[in-house]
Amino acid sequence: MANFTRRKFLQVTGGAVAVSSLGFPAIVGAASKKVVVVGGGVGGATAAKYIRMADSSIDVTLIEPNTEYYTCFMSNEVLSGHRTMDSIKVTYEGLKGHGINVVHDTVTDIDAAGKKVMTAGGQTFAYDRCIVAPGISFANNIEGYDEAAMKSMPHAWKAGEQTVILRKQLEAMDDGGVVAIAAPPNPFRCPPGPYERACQIAMYLRAKKPKSKLIILDAKDKFSKQGLFMQAFERHHAGIVEWVSAEKGGKVTRVDAATNTLYVGDTAHKVAVANVIPAQTAGAIAIKAGLTDDKGWCPIDGRTFESTIHKNVHVIGDASVANPLPKSGYAANSEGKVAAAAVVDLLNGREPGDPALVNTCYSVVGPHDAISVAKVYDLKDGKLNAVEGSGGLTSADSSPEMRAREEEYAYSWFANIKKDSWG
Amino acid sequence: MGCNKKALGALIGSVFMAGATQVLAGSSASMMANTCAGCHGTNGQSAGPASPNLAGISESYFNDSMKAFKEGTRPATIMDRIAKGYSDEQIETMATFFAGQPVYKAMVPHDAAKAKAGAETYDKSCAKCHDEGGSLPGDDAGILAGQWLPWLEYSMADFKAGNREMPKKMAKQVEKLSDAEIEAVLHYFAGQK
Repeated sequence: MANFTRRKFLQVTGGAVAVSSLGFPAIVGAASKKVVVVGGGVGGATAAKYIRMADSSIDVTLIEPNTEYYTCFMSNEVLSGHRTMDSIKVTYEGLKGHGINVVHDTVTDIDAAGKKVMTAGGQTFAYDRCIVAPGISFANNIEGYDEAAMKSMPHAWKAGEQTVILRKQLEAMDDGGVVAIAAPPNPFRCPPGPYERACQIAMYLRAKKPKSKLIILDAKDKFSKQGLFMQAFERHHAGIVEWVSAEKGGKVTRVDAATNTLYVGDTAHKVAVANVIPAQTAGAIAIKAGLTDDKGWCPIDGRTFESTIHKNVHVIGDASVANPLPKSGYAANSEGKVAAAAVVDLLNGREPGDPALVNTCYSVVGPHDAISVAKVYDLKDGKLNAVEGSGGLTSADSSPEMRAREEEYAYSWFANIKKDSWG
Repeated sequence: MGCNKKALGALIGSVFMAGATQVLAGSSASMMANTCAGCHGTNGQSAGPASPNLAGISESYFNDSMKAFKEGTRPATIMDRIAKGYSDEQIETMATFFAGQPVYKAMVPHDAAKAKAGAETYDKSCAKCHDEGGSLPGDDAGILAGQWLPWLEYSMADFKAGNREMPKKMAKQVEKLSDAEIEAVLHYFAGQK
């Protein structure tokens, strides 16, 4: 390194002196700005789109195995027959319109040291920054619940084929058959999801299978929006829905797929339709790439969502440890924007600004009846923080008129988050 | 050889020190405003069917609305809870983002015959404050043109029920209108292209 003069130092550091107060080094040079996004769910799609909206000079590749994606949100309304699979389907044409290189392939590994992503199709993609949005995978907390059992006792916790299996089983069931939902332990994707699902299936049962019942066998003693859901079970689904907490014998430990039986210890529940939702961890690629902690989730820096394990790799959505944010679609959308802004700043030699996040989550619990939870989040003392006094639940004494409005806003949420993420 | 490492170190050190004393300005306008998009659409252009467009509304209308939600003086399902998460300064910062967007009129399903009838009522009773079909941000009265019909209906229902206070001039006009006339004028606003 001969003749390294001060002038040269300034040239080399380019945008120079944008060395940061918080220790984010300025990016040297501006030749290559390549981002690879792994996963095209709500988090990955949003991050890819918002990077391109903020800086169209950045080359963004999004790698996702499926050419069509089915949103988990609103998939419970497919189970009740209220909407079609088509209505929860999104494509990647919108993202292509933003100049994103969409590759349909499966990522098999991420080489964080070499800054490259490898795929099953034999391709290698180099990156400056990688955003991983891998969603969830299932843990083995229920004996006998293997790949084969998933076909007959669907989890339907990733929308698509699984949703269709469960809907067809409900349709084929005789009037009087019992439906069981085995609800998972914390933490898991979409905390209110199993209970909204109970409401949606109950609406179908009341209309088409009035002698049938639904039992929620829960691995927990309490759950999201519990007070509001218990009210809704009473208001709309009395005599149909029964919730069994873990301590009252709800924790499913084993299943027998051959006889459609769920076991809580030695107690057998032989049912007509079994919706088994296992415990969860970060998506498989996050585990393979060494992005997970000992609990199976991905620790991140709250300002940038950069992995605290591997540099230059950001993890967003359900897989990340972003508490107090929940593992929800809206949180993934919000996290995608924070990661996008951070990546744009870092690739342009700027210090990432303060993040701002929101979660809003609706559950449609009956005809023209929805409830919600919301929260605003920021960064406090370097950690993600729920802003005090913000958000909270629909009031327990909210009027039918206001809950009917919430249903319309739930559908507005759905239309807008789809378009904001993939459109 | 010619690299004076000590001087280089001092330079880098001084840059870090200078940075460390800066006060962080908080989240940017776009960072905060983008959190609204999941319900109100990218850049405040709502895909409906009920959440209102925010694109192009004036700073004062945004500020007044958010502060009213925060204080609980405007009826809400969820916005009262969300607005409580922001300081007045943060609200004012977000307002600059939406005021900087072009006004967006959505393609809102509406009844053309009612919209036509509503045009007369509009001219007679609304146009003075909601100029050019309710499409001028400068009115500081919100953008009504191309707004989603359920939201227009909820807003008027809240005004009529006395749950949201009408400006005096508005109250005087609304008092004179039949329910059918009001319904028609809402279709007129929704149908503005």
